[in-house]
Amino acid sequence: MSEFAVFLGPVLAAMLTAATPLLFAALGELVVEKSGVLNLGVEGMMLAGAVIGFMVAASTGSSTLGFIAAAVAGLVMGALFGVLTLGLLANQVATGLALTLFGVGLSALVGQGWVGRPIADVPELRIPGLTDLPVIGPALFGQDALVYLGLAMVPAVHWFLFSTRAGLVLRAVGENHAAAHALGYKVARIRFLAVLFGGAMSGIAGAYLSLDYTPMWAENMTAGRGWIALALVVFATWKPGRVLLGAWLFGGVTIAQLHVQGHGFAVPAQLLSMLPYLATILVLVAISRDVARIRLNAPACLGKVFHPDG
Amino acid sequence: MGKALLGLAGAAVALAVGAGGAVAQDKLKVGFVYVGPISDHGYSYQHDQGRLQLEKELGDKVTTTYVENVPEGADAERVIDQLAAQGHKLIFTTSFGFMNPTLKVAQRYPDVKFEHATGYKRSANLATYSARFYEGRTIVGEIVGKMTKSNVIGYVASFPIPEVVSGINAMTLAMRKVNPKAEVRVVWVNSWYDPPKEAEAAKALLDQGADVIVQHTDSPAPIQAAEERGLWAVGQSSDMTRFGPKAHLTAIVDDWGGYYVDRTKKVLAGGWKSEDTWGGIKDGMLHLAPYNPAIPADVVAMADKTKADIVSGARHPFAGPIKDQSGKEVIPAGKHATDEQILKMDYFVEGVVGKLPK
Amino acid sequence: MSLIRLEPRGHASRAMVYLTPVLAVALTLASGFLLFLALGFDPVKALHAFFIQPVSTARGLGELVVKATPLVLIGVGLAIGFRANVWNIGAEGQLTLGAIVGGGIGLAFYGDGGWWVLPLMVLGGVAGGMAWAAIPAWLKLRFNASEILTSLMLTYVALLLLNYLINGPYRDPEGFAFPESRMFEPYATLPHLIQGTRVHLGSLFALLAVAGGWVLMSRTFIGFQIRVIGLTPAAAGYAGFNEKRIVWLTLLLSGGLAGLAGLGEVAGPIGQITPSVSPGYGFTAIIVAFLGRLHPVGILLAGLLMALSFIGGEAAQIALGLPKAITGVFQGMLLFFLLACDVLIRYRVRFGARRAAA
Repeated sequence: MSEFAVFLGPVLAAMLTAATPLLFAALGELVVEKSGVLNLGVEGMMLAGAVIGFMVAASTGSSTLGFIAAAVAGLVMGALFGVLTLGLLANQVATGLALTLFGVGLSALVGQGWVGRPIADVPELRIPGLTDLPVIGPALFGQDALVYLGLAMVPAVHWFLFSTRAGLVLRAVGENHAAAHALGYKVARIRFLAVLFGGAMSGIAGAYLSLDYTPMWAENMTAGRGWIALALVVFATWKPGRVLLGAWLFGGVTIAQLHVQGHGFAVPAQLLSMLPYLATILVLVAISRDVARIRLNAPACLGKVFHPDG
Repeated sequence: MGKALLGLAGAAVALAVGAGGAVAQDKLKVGFVYVGPISDHGYSYQHDQGRLQLEKELGDKVTTTYVENVPEGADAERVIDQLAAQGHKLIFTTSFGFMNPTLKVAQRYPDVKFEHATGYKRSANLATYSARFYEGRTIVGEIVGKMTKSNVIGYVASFPIPEVVSGINAMTLAMRKVNPKAEVRVVWVNSWYDPPKEAEAAKALLDQGADVIVQHTDSPAPIQAAEERGLWAVGQSSDMTRFGPKAHLTAIVDDWGGYYVDRTKKVLAGGWKSEDTWGGIKDGMLHLAPYNPAIPADVVAMADKTKADIVSGARHPFAGPIKDQSGKEVIPAGKHATDEQILKMDYFVEGVVGKLPK
Repeated sequence: MSLIRLEPRGHASRAMVYLTPVLAVALTLASGFLLFLALGFDPVKALHAFFIQPVSTARGLGELVVKATPLVLIGVGLAIGFRANVWNIGAEGQLTLGAIVGGGIGLAFYGDGGWWVLPLMVLGGVAGGMAWAAIPAWLKLRFNASEILTSLMLTYVALLLLNYLINGPYRDPEGFAFPESRMFEPYATLPHLIQGTRVHLGSLFALLAVAGGWVLMSRTFIGFQIRVIGLTPAAAGYAGFNEKRIVWLTLLLSGGLAGLAGLGEVAGPIGQITPSVSPGYGFTAIIVAFLGRLHPVGILLAGLLMALSFIGGEAAQIALGLPKAITGVFQGMLLFFLLACDVLIRYRVRFGARRAAA
């Protein structure tokens, strides 16, 4: 039993760190989708944040500045998306995909001179006594600031969406943009702000990878995490708390399969690696089959183009 | 008179053209095809270092071109073909997935010389070359066997191909000779270069009690993971000290420059022929990065002796008796594995935890 | 009150439909010009290397066709689905299954097949892709699960499955344990259509797909239903159009075409099954579909243009040392400009404040 406990502690800690980039990106996209916009460009925005954050942190020596720069980079990418889809009324799916493509290429181009440069790690929290608790110590009290920030964003986003007037307006815009417009709310502006927020969150998510998870920049280092984050929003039925569970699930399965391999079980590694994706499909199916629940929680105007004049 | 003048003019023109042509063809064009970015600071980077050495030593006779990030598959053939079509007379393709595309292009350009790294197909104008990485793994095995306190070595591996498997086995065999209690745990990342995944794999192994990480993947992420925890790691393809100054015990450094210079000289002199080169430490095709000062002197001495023994032939990394994981003896005592057996190695030796994906 | 307003035209401007792609390409070239300048390259030389030089030889044109073939095949299928608001993002996975099933048939009859193996392989490729697309279709109709996400997750599963097979049952037993299959026999390889190039039968399939897609969308009742369902689902409901049938049809069609493209790659230019059968054709085809305005003929042109941007990127690397990443930037820019210019089809740009209604 104690051997299992020894094993469990590090796995929990690893799960939290693996979940963090997913959490940031998915929470950002959740707000965007609640306002009625579907932004498939999360992967591109994450990479923009990863490369810019790394460049700034490496040049200034401050990872805090790096994270801020990453948020700005993601925000700028989001603005590009916003201008195209909300200003020029372009198709949201196509624009999101273009953003991903552009983000992958631009980040690779910009980051060329920065590959292989090591930088200092983001320091981890250390509370004497608490951090050393068995099993939960390192997981709960030994993480770095971004992990805690990510966890804090869950109630923060929830509070914003469901307990503030601004959040109510945002959700109204997502549910029925025609009615919101008739009531005098500036639909395009609200959505644009939501998209900017989503971009900033994705940027931070990307920077977490390049500044903390593996403190280096490598082309395409997000390796599909942006798409996973998009999936997480759906199977969380657009509820922030569920996004956290989903991120833990995905992060947990990913880490667990590595441990299974290390322990030498005779399951082929490739089949184990499939588990996170299969798990995502299963949970997605389980959530989506309740059509009523989906309809209740999915913003009714998700992906629909809004034009004030019809 | 007019005719003679014309003839003279013609001859003069021909001479000028010929001379001009000769000047233009003076420099041999050598092409390099890399599967990854040279900024990976690992495998492709080292090949490019070899190319730079070639330029430094033979720059007056040679110009080089490189193409990086060439995906293995249908695109590779086009890139190799373009290099050949654009006048490159010696082309190095540096990943095993380029084997069949190189062969196909070689058949189309019989006057161009091709060299394929880590492959096994040759033709009249296609040679193969590789390095005996497993020799380096043997020395690494002794070092990690002595440095580990938990007796668990974590191995971040890419794909279950013989080159990787023989590396794992060579290390394990040497490690168990100096530390029979140590074991090796392997995690497959299914990629040559994926820093976040490599970091995850390394951390999972560290969480399972490993205190040394060895890798056969190309990024320095595992080194960083070990450094963060204050544990040990061994670099791959390239000296990765700056990514983990305390953790980096040593690295197996690929050294292609000497081979590239040698083969280019042969093309220039006209003595190039297709053959298979599988060079080891004694041929200068790989060496070990400087040892971490924290390694005790007696371990360093032991490692140096092993290196000398490998170079002199006194010690073979795969000398029998060797038992595989099931206990079956695959190499009897008194013999050692042949080159062909090493090239086809598809089993793990005793001491490796986990089955080989088949 | 804004300075630039969009005023609906009330109808789609036909002139703009043809003008906007031209405008987008022009804007992309102009941006590319500036980008090259900023990076320190000669912009004219760079644009030449990118767009002119690759197609200046017969072989180059052939390569363009070879590269465009899978893009067009997949793009035509995807576009039909997109028109019906069915978003198949998993074409890459369906392509992979096509290669696995179709290629697997070729391997199964290795050594004792005949002319009949190839048609079976083609059918197998189509079937494999269809089967993989059937999963998201079923999940969507039975459980209301978004096909965007399910098809995407299945892509990762498909790639891992290929990896597993190529290291196991599909591996060439005489291939020194390389993760590659045997080379297909001549009767199991797609015949070449044009001497001196790699243009193969798959390109003919692509042309047929373009023709077939055009006929389907503009001349059949099903095509009409697809368009109506995409534009006004409510009206489609009233008219009694069967949405379920359309979802099945579009997903199976796009899956089958993607599978065919996958088979085309392994039985065509690659000639065997390898761990990486496609450099992302399934995703690039999505861009091609939009660039081609979801119209089969447009997709044909867009496919050629995208193929040119890939090949040009390689050529520019070889000729000028231009970084490969520029290709992705170019493609993203092209799509952005197209999407931006598209607004001109349905809206007029007006400057100045809105005049009060009289």
